[in-house]
Amino acid sequence: MIRLERLTKTYGALTAVDAVDMTVGAGEVCVLLGPSGCGKTTTMRMINRLVTPTSGKIFIDGKDTSSTDEVQLRRSIGYVIQQIGLFPNKTIEDNICVVPDLLGWDRAKSRKRAAELLDLVNLNPGIFLKRYPKQLSGGQQQRVGVIRALAADPPVLLMDEPFGAIDPINREVIQDEFMKLQASLKKTVVFVSHDIDEAVKMANRIAIFRDGKLVQCDTPDTILAHPLNAFVADFVGSDRALKRLRLMSVANVMQADCPTLKAGDSFERAAKLAEEHDLDGLPVVDDEGHPIGMLRFEIARGRNGHIAEHLESLPASVRTSSDVRTAVSLMFANAVTWLACVDESGKLKGYITQRAITNSLSLATGHGK
Amino acid sequence: MTGVAASENRWSWQPILLLLVFALGAYGQATGTVPSVLKHSADVLYLVRQQLRLVGASAAIAIVVGIGIGVVLTRPHFRRYADIVLPVVNLGATVPTLAKLAIAMAILGIGAPAAIFGLAVLTLLPIVSNTISGLRAVPEALIDAARGMGMTRNQILWQVELPNALFVILAGIRTALVINVGTAPLAFLIGAGGLGELIFTGIDLMEPTMLLAGAIPTALLAIVADFLVGQIQYWLVPRGVNPLR
Ligand SMILES: Nc1ncnc2c1ncn2[C@@H]1O[C@H](COP(=O)(O)OP(=O)(O)OP(=O)(O)O)[C@@H](O)[C@H]1O
Ligand SMILES: [Mg+2]
Repeated sequence: MIRLERLTKTYGALTAVDAVDMTVGAGEVCVLLGPSGCGKTTTMRMINRLVTPTSGKIFIDGKDTSSTDEVQLRRSIGYVIQQIGLFPNKTIEDNICVVPDLLGWDRAKSRKRAAELLDLVNLNPGIFLKRYPKQLSGGQQQRVGVIRALAADPPVLLMDEPFGAIDPINREVIQDEFMKLQASLKKTVVFVSHDIDEAVKMANRIAIFRDGKLVQCDTPDTILAHPLNAFVADFVGSDRALKRLRLMSVANVMQADCPTLKAGDSFERAAKLAEEHDLDGLPVVDDEGHPIGMLRFEIARGRNGHIAEHLESLPASVRTSSDVRTAVSLMFANAVTWLACVDESGKLKGYITQRAITNSLSLATGHGK
Repeated sequence: MTGVAASENRWSWQPILLLLVFALGAYGQATGTVPSVLKHSADVLYLVRQQLRLVGASAAIAIVVGIGIGVVLTRPHFRRYADIVLPVVNLGATVPTLAKLAIAMAILGIGAPAAIFGLAVLTLLPIVSNTISGLRAVPEALIDAARGMGMTRNQILWQVELPNALFVILAGIRTALVINVGTAPLAFLIGAGGLGELIFTGIDLMEPTMLLAGAIPTALLAIVADFLVGQIQYWLVPRGVNPLR
């Protein structure tokens, strides 16, 4: 856990960081967000004492960092920067093992860990361990930058726009990889960004800075739903309702007790279900529960016989693990007001409607992550 | 004065020089010069050894002191002095070699110490300027990353700064050594011996074979020195920062 207490840094007349009070819980990702020059980097660099605070205190796990030797402190904190900073004179293996070597770990142990870490970010150790940084692409280098910070298994990680220099497509991939790592490693992470989308995606909490002051520190959903003032509202953007969709998962918003229609069912049953659920159609499943098409009740009304002959193909379906933004996008793309929701194996789990989405957006906040 | 240029030019001047040496050799053989040059061989061996001692001592001093000065002048506390020292160093480079040796002689008297001192000062300049430019070229982000991971100042210097500047530093040493070897015959003029003895005596006595007996080994030494540092540069500089590999 990291606690900042009235943390201040002045450069001459300029107050770069102004009496910031903030707490980052253990295992949390806290994203420092704000316009250029608002003091994010300075705040972060005071945590590992690369910048000496003018006043105020920093506690890590209750211990005042000014009482620890700064070299020891830094070795216990992972550090990732936008420029990556891999040492071009060292192999990837030696780069990853910089901190373990500084700490005097057994060589065999640290080299084995380097291979494991490369595996974690989908880089083949057999290929990459002995390479030099210049032989890697930017994205590969940044992956190594991240695992290098994890090598000595520090409880705290500081990341300054780590994915800022990577192209948007690769950035998404690396962000996802990092989130997967973080889900199992549960590091306490302070992450500097100026990209609201990245912040919403990665953060448990977002701290918004302006001119060195901490303006608001809350969960992404609270920041988006209830920005404290016009500055925050402006910064998160006028499409913040849409951004919140990203934070909701389809599983939480969908109607789970979906009535199931089978190809062999009669029109009477279909018509009855339509009235009960106030829907204009329903997915039809096979015996295993995989959707095979849909029936629009308009067609069902006043007919008899089986529905198999009037099956229409399903325009789209959405995974229950997706975020609601994906669902909305599919709805707009296919001009429908509801979607079938399927699990990883493709079985029907429910349906999601535009109305349900609107409702959950207006609900009290607190979805979190 | 950057030594990098020397390594780039090597391929252009070396074959020409070799060709010249060959042509000269063939001409010499035909006219009977070679046998008369060879009659100086006992002198040559002795003088080469003497000259190598001058070159070796002065180069070793220059390398240690030059890199030392370069490192100190890139440390945060002394960084601002670099802009005062470098112009002085460059000004020093414009003082004619013979004048430098004369000054060295004025201070240290006649003989080997003065020659070694003079040659070392001469050799120092490219090493200092290349060490400074090599260390300055190490990206700030590397040093920041190193600091952020908990390296001490010394660890940063040895593990990050020097390895990344090594290629440029060695290029400076290469230039310096070639200058040193080429200038070493002048040491004779202040009583330190060396191949200059044959060259200058040859000039005085108007005896070209004696002159050549001094000049040819001098040229060969320069080529060998350049080749050796080139090899060191190739093998010693880590592969990740070595443009030759
Ligand atoms: N070493 C320094 N000396 C003087 N001023 C500094 C120094 N470091 C930072 N500043 C100033 O402090 C303020 C905050 O800088 P900081 O680097 O923390 O901003 P930031 O929020 O990280 O911005 P960016 O998004 O552009 O990286 C800026 O106005 C900057 O010019
Ligand atoms: Mg910054």
